[in-house]
Amino acid sequence: MNDVPATETTYTARDYKSDVKPVWCPGCGDYSVLSSITKALAELKLPPEDVAVVSGIGCSSRIPAYVKTYGFHGVHGRATALATGLKLSRPDLTVLVTGGDGDGFSIGGNHFLHACRRNVDMTYIVMDNRVYGMTKGQPSPTTEPDWDSALSPGGTGLRPFNPLGIALSSGANYIARGFSGDPNGCAKLIVDAIKNPGFSFVEILSPCVTFRADQKSWKQDVHPTPVDPTVEIGRAAKRLLTDDGFNIGTLYVGNREPFALNLNDSPKKPTELENLFAV
Amino acid sequence: MSEENTIETVAELLAHAKAIETEAHDRYLELAEQMETHHNLEVAQLFAKMAHIESLHIEKIIERTGETELPHIPPWEYQWQGREAPEAVISVDVHYMMTPYHALKLAMRAETRACEFFSRIAASSTDPDLLSLAQELKEEEEEHIELLKAWIAKVPKPEDGWDDDPDPPILPA
Repeated sequence: MNDVPATETTYTARDYKSDVKPVWCPGCGDYSVLSSITKALAELKLPPEDVAVVSGIGCSSRIPAYVKTYGFHGVHGRATALATGLKLSRPDLTVLVTGGDGDGFSIGGNHFLHACRRNVDMTYIVMDNRVYGMTKGQPSPTTEPDWDSALSPGGTGLRPFNPLGIALSSGANYIARGFSGDPNGCAKLIVDAIKNPGFSFVEILSPCVTFRADQKSWKQDVHPTPVDPTVEIGRAAKRLLTDDGFNIGTLYVGNREPFALNLNDSPKKPTELENLFAV
Repeated sequence: MSEENTIETVAELLAHAKAIETEAHDRYLELAEQMETHHNLEVAQLFAKMAHIESLHIEKIIERTGETELPHIPPWEYQWQGREAPEAVISVDVHYMMTPYHALKLAMRAETRACEFFSRIAASSTDPDLLSLAQELKEEEEEHIELLKAWIAKVPKPEDGWDDDPDPPILPA
């Protein structure tokens, strides 16, 4: 993240909430994640105008409308690509990316890999409910293979995507998992993710009470990870081998130098930009 | 989330009490908006009323705080026994077709958790001022529980099939 300005201005979570009322289903975990994000921004004392929230498509991707920061509700699966461009051209902004498992791991799967690899300084928060909620309940990349539903009779039989494992192997510089039923714990993870330079990835288990009512049991299933975060990729990978998918906490805190552009060398005028591409 | 009571001063307890009421208020407001969005206006009004009541409780805590400077406690360092402030209704427990009876039952559970929180502080405090404040806050929560009991008694119990939706969001399997 960027340095917090030397000001005594304090903020509350309410200072970051817009007047737009969320249209999520009552009981949806995304309400709590929205609350975690605003609490985290307040704790970091970030002026709303210094923050941008970028998203793709899906229930959770509506978050830019619900916050008072700058926002961009973008194209399906392309949120990290959009955010990368924004952060490289406006490094002064704190950039958050929000979305769901379908948007991030299926439609945006390729962008996810390369966002981790590029390690641009931003925080990607994925609200994982293991289902496409907005389109009425199709299995997503993180859906269990035996999840039986009207739209996937008998289950897909497909091995689920492993978000933390993929993030680790692709180069994300901070990796954590939270649970929406622990909004204050998630706020802490988001604070740490924003503070750690480079690409930070936070998976938040966020139940879809409408299409995955079985996920109401997650509040009993989740448990704090019994180990401290590690800076060693090998150790983090080993921990993932025994991960039951419900460990909550920080897995990995890297120290890789974030990718950034030297904007001093960048063209300042459209004509200078055109000259770069002149044949 | 904390298993032990590590609240040692009156200022810390007041900061917790203020956070408890604030989180309860914010949650009720959020639930009122959810119900309004989903056209359950009766429950929306009830949650809005609860939010208003909680805002009065916040004012009371502020008044009680007076000149005492409250410590800043990051949200994740509050000494709750659960994952959330005890008086906040658990959001995953609501339903878009819930009735006032269900809403009041959830409120009752939230008030009971708050009462247990202050009881725990009172039971483990040795500081007389802290003990007295914790006891006072506990008694207030007990009063709220009694008021809710009386309220629930006046509200009709939901009939069987209260959540039947002729146009359900989920396709039958």
